[in-house]
Amino acid sequence: MVYGPGMAVSELAHLRRARDLMDREYARPLDVPAMARAALMSPSLFARRFREIYGETPYSYLQARRVERAMSLLRHGGRSVTDVCMAVGFTSLGSFSSTFTRLVGEPPSVYKARDHSRLAPVPPCMTRAWARPGWIAEPCRIGEAMPAGRA
Amino acid sequence: MTLSITHTPVYCTDLDEALAFYTQRLGFEVREDVPMGPDMRWLTIQAPGDPHELLLSAVDHHIPPADREIMREIVAKGDLAVFIQVHDLDKTFESLRAAGTEILQEPVDQPYGVRDAAVRDPSGNHLRLSQPLAAQG
Repeated sequence: MVYGPGMAVSELAHLRRARDLMDREYARPLDVPAMARAALMSPSLFARRFREIYGETPYSYLQARRVERAMSLLRHGGRSVTDVCMAVGFTSLGSFSSTFTRLVGEPPSVYKARDHSRLAPVPPCMTRAWARPGWIAEPCRIGEAMPAGRA
Repeated sequence: MTLSITHTPVYCTDLDEALAFYTQRLGFEVREDVPMGPDMRWLTIQAPGDPHELLLSAVDHHIPPADREIMREIVAKGDLAVFIQVHDLDKTFESLRAAGTEILQEPVDQPYGVRDAAVRDPSGNHLRLSQPLAAQG
């Protein structure tokens, strides 16, 4: 398979490093120029290449990463929605709530209130990948968030 | 019936690089290294005292030619993972960091009872290191 002309392993590795930067430092204010620097590319080339190989824009990957981290913090309890919003890198509760709701299918407060015990035996990095918005085609309800009887 | 896992493949873009990483940085030992012609090398490593072998598999050797390019991309994109338990996570992690290993996640106590961290191997595999929290002093 060819992703654009001459996508060498080294180029893929640069893009992977930019994605790793988002996975690692999602709580920081990251923008496309900063990510592009991690990938040693110009911002426009980086945005295009990233989308070619990972199937979404860098910004949408970052938002999904933040929401996935928020889901984890909400599942493990003990923190308010506002706390979680700030902890994962959103700067306003309004944009957090609307992004979360769009990706997960329900508001953070409703998600937090659910019984998440079904996920307990699953290794967390699997939960993370699985729960990650965009990983599966449907909005990220990952079974556990489905109404009783549908899961 | 007694079952046990003997070999788990780890796909690598460069076998020599992978071998140096897993032996020198992590302490694995070579179990078998058998050249089998230009297109194949049987290379397995194991942790001291653990019979389970990791089969270091070159993306160019161990799968059909038609799929090699796809496999190389999947590995380089960072989509595959290996899970390893270590005795002293922080010590292992610091030595990996000092050697210049790419860091994915700093060590952190997880609510599910382990302390874990994540790095990349030279091919781009997500290497997840963990230590049961109860084992800490």
